[in-house]
Amino acid sequence: MRPFRYERAADEGGAVAAVAEPGAKFLGGGTNLVDLMRLGVETPSVLVDVTRLPLDRIEPLDDGGLRIGAGVRNSDLAADPRIRDRYPALAEAVLAGASGQLRNLATTGGNLMQRTRCPYFQDVTTPCNKREPGTGCPAREGEHTNLAILGHSEHCVATNPSDMAVPLAAFDAVVRVVGPEGAREIPLAEFHRLPGDAPERDTTLRKGELIVAVDLPRLPLAARSRYRKVRERASFAFALVSVAAALEVADGRVADVRIAFGGLAHKPWRASAAEDALRGVAAGPEAFAAAADAELAAARPLRDNGYKVDLARTALVQTLVELST
Amino acid sequence: MSVAIRSIGTPVERVEGREKVTGRALYAYEHAPEGVAYAAIVTSSVARGSVRAIDADAALSLPGVLGVLSAQNAPNLPGAEGELAVLQSPAVAYRGEIVAVAIAETAELARQAAETVRVDYEQAPHDVLLRGDHPELYRPEKVNPNFPTDTEEGDVDAALAAAPVQVDETYTTPTEHNTAMEPHATIAAWEGDSLTLYDSNQGAWNVVQAIAKVFAIDAGRVRVIAPHVGGGFGSKGTPRPHVVLAALCARHVGRPVKLAVTRQQMFTLTGYRTPTIQRMRLAADHDGHLQAIVHDVKEQTSTVQEFAEQTAVVTRMLYASPARRTTHRLVALDVPTPSWMRAPGECPGMFALESAMDDLAVACGLDPIELRIRNEPEIDPESGNPFSTRNLVECLRRGAERFGWDGRAEPGAHRDGRWLTGMGVAASTYPARRVGSTAHGTAEADGTFTIRITAADIGTGARTVLTQIAADALELPLDRVRVVIGDSESGQAMVAGGSMGTTSWGTAIVKACERLRAGEAEVHVDTGDDEDPGKDFARHAFGAQFIEVRVDPATGEVRIPRALGMFACGRIINPRTARSQFLGGMTMGIGMALFEETIVDPGLGAFMNHDLAQYHVPTNADIRDLEADWIDEEDFRVNPMGSKGIGEIGIVGTAAAVANAVYNATGVRHRDLPITPARILATRQ
Ligand SMILES: Cc1cc2nc3c(=O)[nH]c(=O)nc-3n(C[C@H](O)[C@H](O)[C@H](O)COP(=O)(O)OP(=O)(O)OC[C@H]3O[C@@H](n4cnc5c(N)ncnc54)[C@H](O)[C@@H]3O)c2cc1C
Ligand code: SF4
Repeated sequence: MRPFRYERAADEGGAVAAVAEPGAKFLGGGTNLVDLMRLGVETPSVLVDVTRLPLDRIEPLDDGGLRIGAGVRNSDLAADPRIRDRYPALAEAVLAGASGQLRNLATTGGNLMQRTRCPYFQDVTTPCNKREPGTGCPAREGEHTNLAILGHSEHCVATNPSDMAVPLAAFDAVVRVVGPEGAREIPLAEFHRLPGDAPERDTTLRKGELIVAVDLPRLPLAARSRYRKVRERASFAFALVSVAAALEVADGRVADVRIAFGGLAHKPWRASAAEDALRGVAAGPEAFAAAADAELAAARPLRDNGYKVDLARTALVQTLVELST
Repeated sequence: MSVAIRSIGTPVERVEGREKVTGRALYAYEHAPEGVAYAAIVTSSVARGSVRAIDADAALSLPGVLGVLSAQNAPNLPGAEGELAVLQSPAVAYRGEIVAVAIAETAELARQAAETVRVDYEQAPHDVLLRGDHPELYRPEKVNPNFPTDTEEGDVDAALAAAPVQVDETYTTPTEHNTAMEPHATIAAWEGDSLTLYDSNQGAWNVVQAIAKVFAIDAGRVRVIAPHVGGGFGSKGTPRPHVVLAALCARHVGRPVKLAVTRQQMFTLTGYRTPTIQRMRLAADHDGHLQAIVHDVKEQTSTVQEFAEQTAVVTRMLYASPARRTTHRLVALDVPTPSWMRAPGECPGMFALESAMDDLAVACGLDPIELRIRNEPEIDPESGNPFSTRNLVECLRRGAERFGWDGRAEPGAHRDGRWLTGMGVAASTYPARRVGSTAHGTAEADGTFTIRITAADIGTGARTVLTQIAADALELPLDRVRVVIGDSESGQAMVAGGSMGTTSWGTAIVKACERLRAGEAEVHVDTGDDEDPGKDFARHAFGAQFIEVRVDPATGEVRIPRALGMFACGRIINPRTARSQFLGGMTMGIGMALFEETIVDPGLGAFMNHDLAQYHVPTNADIRDLEADWIDEEDFRVNPMGSKGIGEIGIVGTAAAVANAVYNATGVRHRDLPITPARILATRQ
């Protein structure tokens, strides 16, 4: 751990200005960043604490959606009655993550920005393209039981660990950011990236940009949604595979559906192929399985994580069956 | 010699409970000698080779850094061997070995300095993978602590050839790590040639002996203080290399030095359970009577020193069989040296034996409890001695009744929604040994009594239990007795290990108290040469583990809604603290069954999941209806309290009971631990 300066931003502009300094990083709840600093993975020279900014509210949007401030703590997000009623999969996903103590500290912005749990990434004595571009990816030949089966590259096979981001991807959330060049909106599906040949970049956020909020569009369908997280330990474990799904069935046919997977890729995986395969067809286990297969046809499992293909398929089918009955 | 009972058997609260919950109980790192400096360890990032050069210039130039020690400048330690030969040579024997240490005015600065030290290695090829066909497997001279490596009785091969029912399977357990709540820590302070250590350990006296030998000083010049210890499970049973390092640092800077091992460093510096590959062959007649048992074990040690886990020793005594063979083979790999982990030997060995017994029950079409009862020996098969007490059958029967064993269905027959449910059973056992210890007793002027003994309370409740034993031996209420532990000044005593602590310390305390009660004011006793009333008996504790599982065969998730351990461990001195030992052991056994596995990267020669976010032990959500109970038993051939040790038996057999329950739920046998979703899915038809 290296010495660093600590600053507290008073407003968004101040935060963006302060983080312009080389080596500066925003600090949310610190539950990921501070751990990585202890491990020597992150070595910021200054931390700009953004938890005192007035970004800690969940407010209604004109279209009937909700705006979640970037500083809203994970516990508060999961407990919000509007979230629980209108987007239950989101509340379930947040509650399925980490522990009560961590959720009390973790922020919405920080959660979106949390880094992979790939063991090599967290150990500075090993090579890792994400941590030190060009050093190689030992996970590919080594330990990758819980790494990606979709969208990985020869340079990196890491997964995004966030539970919260999975329903956000399913529900077409939009990330609102401000930066040195002004404000912009990034659809959540485009916020996290695939590793390609630049695994050091997790997201499309530009240098110096601050997340200020996540907008959830109006989505009546989401009131009937579930988050299913499969893991070997009943609590306090990252997902092996997870699914966020919302389903509307009319006259026995799929009227509308939203699906995203967690634990399969470098980003929360919006399952568009599965959704397309389902719209308009008769709801039932066979159709659900066929939809899963349509999505997972692209899977390229590694030596030790082929079980995830099976698991993702089962988790999706079980979740859709539950939602359709 | 036996003790009148007043306090023994009652659920006395921990005598230091208030101190602990109010934060006044000091653990090793919290002591604050004047002028203390801080040290941080640098470990090797290659698995084999040697340190070519250490560049500490940048670290030393940081203001407040007091020194950097490495093999280049560390003093020669004449008596240091094996893992305790810290910084004695540039050779690197495993990844994560201590190669340097930085000492500074603050802990933060020490850590920064340690990260700044540059180490240049000459790397050599390494081998860190235990394989059953490893060409360098060898036969050790003995297995821990002093058992024959191999045994053979009867005509094994003939019995194997003739028996109509056969089980021949291989069971494996992975590398596993102790994860005590309190990481290892030491404060070392020299005064001239005398050394004081505040150290988190399971036996202060042993630390004194080991450290005195390393530094070639008289044992009388070393004092080790450890009043409170936050768990050990064996990992603090023998001094670890950082203790030597702390003393080296303190000598180097001429000040007391604090050294904490980080959670990550614990994975290479404080020991682990060897992985095991165990081939079990059971041969039986149609009625399930064993005709032969063969238990062949392969496991690892390091190139630094030998550690031979006694995995098959339990198979020598548990069941009757006319023919029996047990063997142990080791391979010395480029890994840290394995060490003690709760119930070394019995714990991994019973996973194999008790899984195989379940396999045999299936092969014979017998209830697994009935199978065990049919193979109950009349005398100890190993020594030929009678058992002092052996209540395994009683534990099985009582546990079965309590657990609702008769509701168990055929494999794969019970479904509840997406879950298949099942029940499993396994036997538990652990030796009830004792060794000599010394104790001091003083009749104080105010009518109270003080007992001093170098016992260790590693969270078990030992201090409380010893106070109860002393009070009963003195026939006094608890508040007139004070037991002072965790200070090597009190003399030689057993470590808190091998489930021998309470037996060994308690025996010495009873002896001291009897003399105090007879009127002496100041006594010093040593039980080392005392007649052992039970030496012609086989002495073991027994138990039966019952587990209910729910398995989702489609996702591979396994959950344990219910578990019961029924034990026969002599007289239970304190039901409150005993229960917590049993439940703790069972919880650890559930972790072993479902989660615990240290992941090895063969290319890097590294343990990868070296923290508690990655190395999973059970959470509260995994432990539901967990119960422990015991049958009335007393065994004065073990000690004058009539008790047996209980610290380890709780973990023995648990993992087999889980695997057996998974078989009953799904009809699929899992012989490799842990039973993960990936493994369940891999066996899906
Ligand atoms: C033991 C453990 C178990 C866990 N288990 C789970 C789990 O099961 N599921 C799960 O989803 N998560 C889990 N987590 C991760 C946890 O959810 C994240 O650590 C947390 O959400 C991060 O939020 P934070 O506010 O603490 O972020 P910080 O640690 O403060 O920051 C993380 C990153 O976000 C950046 N950042 C913070 N705020 C902003 C902002 N407004 N704009 C731009 N950048 C910003 C920081 O610079 C930093 O790079 C676990 C964590 C731990 C330690
Ligand atoms: S998978 Fe990605 S994060 Fe993991 S070692 Fe490879 S490059 Fe690094």
